[in-house]
Amino acid sequence: MSLTLLNVIVAVVIAIGFAAVNAAYLVWAERRGAGRIQRRPGPNINGPLGLLQPPLDGIKLMTKQIMIPGGADKILFMVAPVLAMAPAIMSFVTIPFSQGIAAHNMEIGVLMIFAFASLGAMAILFAGWGSRNKYSVMASVRAVSQNISYEIPMLITAITVVMMNGSMDLKTISEAQAGGFWHWNIFPSLQSPLMPISFIIFFICSLAETNRAPFDLGEAESELVAGFHTEYGSMGFGLFFMGEYANIVIGASLTTILFFGGWDCPFGLFPGVWWFLLKIYLLIATFIWIRWTFPRTTIYGLLNLSWKILIPISLFNLLLTAGLLKVF
Amino acid sequence: MGSYFGDIFYGGKSLLIGMGITFKEFFKPVVTVPYPYQTLPMSAKFRGHIELLADAEGKAKCVVCGMCERACPSGCITLGSISVEIEVDGKVKKKKVLSRYDLDFTKCSLCGQCVESCGFDAIEFSKEYNLASTRKEDFHFNLLQRLEDRKA
Repeated sequence: MSLTLLNVIVAVVIAIGFAAVNAAYLVWAERRGAGRIQRRPGPNINGPLGLLQPPLDGIKLMTKQIMIPGGADKILFMVAPVLAMAPAIMSFVTIPFSQGIAAHNMEIGVLMIFAFASLGAMAILFAGWGSRNKYSVMASVRAVSQNISYEIPMLITAITVVMMNGSMDLKTISEAQAGGFWHWNIFPSLQSPLMPISFIIFFICSLAETNRAPFDLGEAESELVAGFHTEYGSMGFGLFFMGEYANIVIGASLTTILFFGGWDCPFGLFPGVWWFLLKIYLLIATFIWIRWTFPRTTIYGLLNLSWKILIPISLFNLLLTAGLLKVF
Repeated sequence: MGSYFGDIFYGGKSLLIGMGITFKEFFKPVVTVPYPYQTLPMSAKFRGHIELLADAEGKAKCVVCGMCERACPSGCITLGSISVEIEVDGKVKKKKVLSRYDLDFTKCSLCGQCVESCGFDAIEFSKEYNLASTRKEDFHFNLLQRLEDRKA
């Protein structure tokens, strides 16, 4: 694909539009889902089924004044929300939604997405440090240690998948899994019998990477006011919020591509972008379902889970897969 | 080592049980009421501010004995009466009639001593709970006026 200027503009507009619409309406879906799980209706006043709630929330956030607390580091304070949102949108560039729908396919797509995902930790660190608020600093320290410890098992699991498919290109990985669900990476094969466990590890890590409950220690409301975005109002807060949901979409897309065959249909019928969207929204529904089921973990429990359970098991799986790939 | 995998197994199992519970709750009907549009009837024992009761003719049942005024520990109630002359069996008699029943709800603690002490069942607790204002004058109720308004 040649990168003409028009191509770039269209790709950027689509990526931003997709991220923004998803972020806005996932908030709605999350609130409705939370409501149903707690036996209440959720937002239902504005528009049918409350569907006008996200645009109204957006207007409210955008018309508010941006307040910078006294003594805050102004540059870091203003850069942090942008840094939370921009990498999430950038990651959309390389995600293939189907055979022909990808803004720019890269040979090192997996690496690029992980590189951009790790920038999210920087945003949280900047926000916490720049706010000049002790709760924000504590929250960002927690969130960064969490992000670092969960990136390790996530990357090891991704390496396992990359080894099996022999490519870092997301499109190639998807195409290698075509032809029914028994070809998908999540299905245990001779080369890698522990793939379902790898998937669970990857899923837990993507929950933790996106700072979602039960791993939302970065914004633990009960102890740290609102965590790293305590001092943010108006669209600064809005960008953090949208960044979180855009990251959820990225996480779900990546899980779909690495483990669920991308746009492949489970029964070999009509492969296309609809299967991809169906899979990511099912995964996102699971994200929401998990958030409203489990209480927040402690920081010790969180780090223990990563270092004592996820990392050893994912390393074992990596070695096993490497060995079996040589044998078969 | 056994307990390591045992912990993972039982931990994972308990998480799945929890997710099963929320999955079932998701499909159960909603139990809340969309409040401003729909309200629930208040329970029989609910205590709102007090309200005067009317007799069959629509007049206040109160005979101005003053028991409620005396029973009130916070001094919320102020009574007033006037004498009117009425004819009973051809004779002209004087009778006290309620002219004023003021309740200062800002001081009321809803103890219920007034309702308890009333020998004529002339006052009761209302079921009013939508009381909110930024001025305390709004909580000085003229109960006699409210009785007239309710009749109308």
